[in-house]
Amino acid sequence: MNIINNSRRSFIKSAGALALGATLPISLVELAFAGSRENFSFAYISDSHIQHIKDNRFVRNWDRGLIRAVAETNLLVPKPDFVMYGGDLAQLGSKPELDHGAEILSALKGDVRYVMGEHDYYLDLGEYWEKLFGPQYYSFDHKGVHFVVLNSIKTYDDWTFNRWPTAEQRMREMAGLDNPNSSPFMVGDEQRLWLKKDLDKVKKDTPVVVFSHSPLQKIYKGWNFWTEDAEQVQALLKPFNKVSVIYGHVHQIQYNQIGNISFNSVMATAWPWPYPQSYAQAEQYLPKLTVPMNRADPFFERDATGWQFINLADGNADLNFTLYNNSNRIVRYNKTLKHPEDTVYQDEKARIIPQTHY
Amino acid sequence: MTTYQQTTIALCLALAATGSALADEFTDADVQRWQQQFMDVASEGRKLWTSPKLGTNGVACAQCHPNAANTHPETYPKFQKQLGKVIPLWQMINWCLKNPLEGQPLAADDPKMTALQAYVTYERRGVKLEPGKH
Repeated sequence: MNIINNSRRSFIKSAGALALGATLPISLVELAFAGSRENFSFAYISDSHIQHIKDNRFVRNWDRGLIRAVAETNLLVPKPDFVMYGGDLAQLGSKPELDHGAEILSALKGDVRYVMGEHDYYLDLGEYWEKLFGPQYYSFDHKGVHFVVLNSIKTYDDWTFNRWPTAEQRMREMAGLDNPNSSPFMVGDEQRLWLKKDLDKVKKDTPVVVFSHSPLQKIYKGWNFWTEDAEQVQALLKPFNKVSVIYGHVHQIQYNQIGNISFNSVMATAWPWPYPQSYAQAEQYLPKLTVPMNRADPFFERDATGWQFINLADGNADLNFTLYNNSNRIVRYNKTLKHPEDTVYQDEKARIIPQTHY
Repeated sequence: MTTYQQTTIALCLALAATGSALADEFTDADVQRWQQQFMDVASEGRKLWTSPKLGTNGVACAQCHPNAANTHPETYPKFQKQLGKVIPLWQMINWCLKNPLEGQPLAADDPKMTALQAYVTYERRGVKLEPGKH
């Protein structure tokens, strides 16, 4: 049984030069449980879209989002065990963008691990990114949990290798979210084979956490809120008791439960995206479970962007969303109902007007 | 009689003979042609919407508004609390041009502004008008 341990809910009050500590909009609740497995937490920053203008100029707005997330993550107490970066560090995959993003991220204290996004990939197919951040897919174990990182934003070879006259055009075509010339994301045969072998070594009662950039579920194909071989990846994860998939790309709060697999999305630091239902011409399948985040107010530059702190409590992922101009949200796994739920707004009667997207 | 007057008279006679000068009748071909005129302007709007050159920093409208979603053209004119007054859609587009795109605003009757509004409203076709809605 879990015991809520409020004594660990604290932040540095004297944040020194940053002066952010006193206003940090986080209330962290660490869940402790009796048993052999340790609780721990990690921070998750994603989708910064660092965008090069020319020479030494970058889009200020997106820079500020990442700089703020890094500064705030460094103030977390208790210190997270590690930091995940969820992909789309760059906007058009160029060296200046990846270098500039890497330099901002270099201020993070502790271990950082990286997920590949399509905006990082389609210029040189991840070559420069690998030099900076390591392999495109891998796994690791931490305190009794098996973590898997996938490059889920690959696509059909014909599109990648034969369709475009230049690498720059290929990158631009994939970078447009609503571009009809882009192509559906997929994990692909090679990685699924690797994933099967990797998971064969893991006991079925070990909690498994998968990090991908795209949702490993099908929500809306028009904007690539989609992974073409999602069902095949889900099938590989089915034998395990507890599986969490954590993904970026969508720039909004989403969560879902499919069988044994909990799905959670993370926020972008750059800008928010509309929910697919607000595109009047779209057929889409936003999970019914998801209570949307509030509609973004464009007059607040950082509204509807942010980062998150994730507790792995008894092997389930609880997401603490740090939202800059809004009340923070916590999406926690409900052990009775066996799915993630919003701790405040899940009940239809508890929802507020800005959560209605149209 | 000037050449111009002669031409005008000749034209009037010709039109009266064919009957096509009647104001309240038009053909399928007319409708198609007018629809095409609109679609050409809406397509131009889509090009501008996805262009990194509309502002000065390479940011495109579509980066935050794929398929012009979350623009809600059916709710304008409406009160924008941050501006303290009721504004039409084109003023909100100019706000975006100046701020996230770090560019210059367009005149209300600039063909580019017409094209942007044609595209935004086309993507929202079928949604009922709700002026003032929040």
